[in-house]
Amino acid sequence: MTLQYTSSEMMTVTAARALSNGMTCFVGIGLPSEAANLARLTHAPDVTLIYESGTLQTKPDILPLSIGDGELCEQALTTVAVPEMFRYWLQGGHIDVGFLGTAQIDKYANLNTTLIGDYQSPKVRLPGGGGAPEIASNAREVFITLKHSPRAFVEAVDFITTLGYGRDGKGRDGVPNIGRGPTKVITDLCVMAPDAETRELTVVSLHPGVTQEQVREATGWPVRFADELALTPEPSAEELAILRDLKARTAEHHAKPISQEAAQ
Amino acid sequence: MAQFMSLHDAVARYLQDGATVAMEGFTHLIPFAAGHEIIRQEKRGLTLIRMTPDILYDQLIGAGCAEKLIFSWGGNPGVGSLHRLRDAVERGFPRKLEIFEHSHAAMACAYEAGAAGLPLAVLRGYIGSDLPKVNSQIRFIECPFTGERLAAVPAVRPDVSIVHAQRADRKGNVLVSGIVGVQKEAVLAARHSIVTVEEIVDDLQADANACVIPGWAITAIAEVKGGAAPSYAHGYYPRNNSFYKEWDAISRDRDTFNDWLQQNVYNAGGQA
Repeated sequence: MTLQYTSSEMMTVTAARALSNGMTCFVGIGLPSEAANLARLTHAPDVTLIYESGTLQTKPDILPLSIGDGELCEQALTTVAVPEMFRYWLQGGHIDVGFLGTAQIDKYANLNTTLIGDYQSPKVRLPGGGGAPEIASNAREVFITLKHSPRAFVEAVDFITTLGYGRDGKGRDGVPNIGRGPTKVITDLCVMAPDAETRELTVVSLHPGVTQEQVREATGWPVRFADELALTPEPSAEELAILRDLKARTAEHHAKPISQEAAQ
Repeated sequence: MAQFMSLHDAVARYLQDGATVAMEGFTHLIPFAAGHEIIRQEKRGLTLIRMTPDILYDQLIGAGCAEKLIFSWGGNPGVGSLHRLRDAVERGFPRKLEIFEHSHAAMACAYEAGAAGLPLAVLRGYIGSDLPKVNSQIRFIECPFTGERLAAVPAVRPDVSIVHAQRADRKGNVLVSGIVGVQKEAVLAARHSIVTVEEIVDDLQADANACVIPGWAITAIAEVKGGAAPSYAHGYYPRNNSFYKEWDAISRDRDTFNDWLQQNVYNAGGQA
């Protein structure tokens, strides 16, 4: 029997599978958080999730709306101050993978969450770097997940908030004490990985039913495909059930009205 | 020792026009009541510091209190943009806002350096980022021992830091529990500090390892029940996620925002 699933579900399940059991993961909010928690609830029960609000080894029952939701703290092994989080745990070298989302990514996997246009007079002002600039350099490797579109996948980002491989693909060469950088980019159409030599993001796996033409149309540079292009495995019935359950209880929780006296 | 006073008096006494002000709280324990008091007292020319300027700073910026912003992530968490902040940055309304933009790691280190009385913070940061090109506060130094190139940022030393916490005892010792953010560092880095608390109690009932800021390290304490809403106070009330979502529509339009401000801040009175 063929399973019915959406391209978003395909993306989340594929991103979740990128995490191995036992890994220590510094989790970004949004899509990475959804994928990391799905991994924890399926094949990677002993993945350690860390959020920049200071929550260490957390196991939220619902997905946080924001990075500092109480749920993350209540379900954590412990919660530390934010300076400790960045100085000891991240900079100290305890993070296997930084899992990030972004607004814009370019062909060398540089991330832009700062602005579209010129810095002094931006067309669109975005929230900014947050934890990402140092997560991307201090974690051993970086996974990125975002939806594929020509606006998001651009030849060169307007602003490098967070280093991928730099403007020429050589941005990490010779830099001491830096992680490997982005090793996987997971979208709703495909999985990309940096070329071993040039570091240019290359499609290594297509999701079922997706054509090369679709990926080309959604990518803002002449995208290359690996010689041995894989077909991404479909989500399992169990993964889909657990993901849908997680999203349903999250939606229900966040829609709950708060009593007036507490809300004022 | 900390003085107990009303929020109105604490803001009136310690926060002057043109001051450098940090109001912290990492999603949790955001001092909304204190921010609204600043708006009501029509403070002007402030330099606002905050790792995650969210709705509260959107309100202060939209109300015209701020001249500069030092920050590392300016958005409505889980929702999207801060429209009053964007209006100020993109179109200079209600006035041009100068921004000094950092990463979280740098801001956290800068608060810690401020608390430690050091002039700067050093971190392995900003590698390959364009942020140092647009923020003159980000520089690089060479480690005198290894020669490694490291980022340096100036310590955060606010004139006034304001935080919200769960409880204070009658001697002014303050308990912060849950996500503790950079609240302690913000208080210790500042010349003056104002702490609003949910309640004043005889006994803090603090665990041995709880985050307690001693009263002798705090300038003023004001009891403000619900002082962090619509953010939350762990153990007291949850985050009002619906209001964060509603804020998007309120803040998008200048007139809608001004009506909201009139009704919910200027006409809300606050505490005498």
